[in-house]
Amino acid sequence: MKLKELQSCLQQVDVFEEPKVLLEQYPTSAHIAACMLYTIHNTFDDIENKLVADLGCGCGVLSIGSAVLNAGLCVGFDIDQDALDIFRRNSEEFELTNIDMVQCDICSLRAFQKKFDTVIMNPPFGTKHNKGIDMQFLKTALSMARSSVYSLHKTSTREHIQKKANDWKVKMDVIAELRYDLPASYKFHKKKSVNYFDLKLCIMFCYYKQQCKEGCSVCRSEKNVL
Amino acid sequence: MKLLTHNMLTSHVKGVTKGYPLLIKATEVKVSEVEFNPQFVSRMIPKLEWSALVQAAEEVGHLNDLPTELLPDYENNEEFLRKVHRVLLEVEVLEGSLRCPESGREFPISRGIPNMLLNEDEA
Repeated sequence: MKLKELQSCLQQVDVFEEPKVLLEQYPTSAHIAACMLYTIHNTFDDIENKLVADLGCGCGVLSIGSAVLNAGLCVGFDIDQDALDIFRRNSEEFELTNIDMVQCDICSLRAFQKKFDTVIMNPPFGTKHNKGIDMQFLKTALSMARSSVYSLHKTSTREHIQKKANDWKVKMDVIAELRYDLPASYKFHKKKSVNYFDLKLCIMFCYYKQQCKEGCSVCRSEKNVL
Repeated sequence: MKLLTHNMLTSHVKGVTKGYPLLIKATEVKVSEVEFNPQFVSRMIPKLEWSALVQAAEEVGHLNDLPTELLPDYENNEEFLRKVHRVLLEVEVLEGSLRCPESGREFPISRGIPNMLLNEDEA
């Protein structure tokens, strides 16, 4: 499947009807999701036939994409019933049978140790009285994954994540730098040599624009802060 | 909730040390057709708690002729792999609950989704 096809496909995914700001609910755009998944699949071969987890799945765009790319099974995890209802509707509309869902709190999840081949996520960033939540998601993801974790984070947290990766003794690779305001300028790194025996943490960083004046059409959500 | 997912789920109520396997009480079960992928099934088998899978299959009424012990050389046994595929991926619990074997706490399953959220005093 070509990137454009995947992106068109993911554009059909229904998004949050009434996003809950405190949960940092915002949809991962079809473009970003397609780029992420396309890279994970084509460069790293970590989706097809794999057992995949999507932490903080929301309405499920990353899971739907993984399923479309023939994951053996993709399990989405989220705390919010309303989001999961939309996710379920989406998976029914796409007629996908390789999807499952669990409602839980990622921050207190102790199960699934090393059960998944791959974890893919766009975690909350910790801008809504939930500071540190992005690190908690990473920590949980690393405990659940046997092989790889792919996660999207703010560029400003790069050093912090690197430090944590060192503490946790995990190899961290930055595999893409994305700009939210200029979708055309994604820079995806060439394939690095992959060691299939270590757990690898692949981070995609995302620049966020500074808070704009009110009413700016580009920055609709409250989370566009550096 | 598919049984592959159930096989990985444990109860993490505070203080519980043996929260596995969660006991299934199913009031609605669905069987759908899922594309058979022998390599995937074969790779999942070593990650499973086999006895928990057998127990779960029985609890939802779909044990059929699934062997109670793993067959040796299962990688090349297509018939066996198909049986495992059916139980892992095609059988889904839509309504019911999961019970923690130690604390008795019940986690509801509604429209195919198990709710594992804990109350504040249980976390």
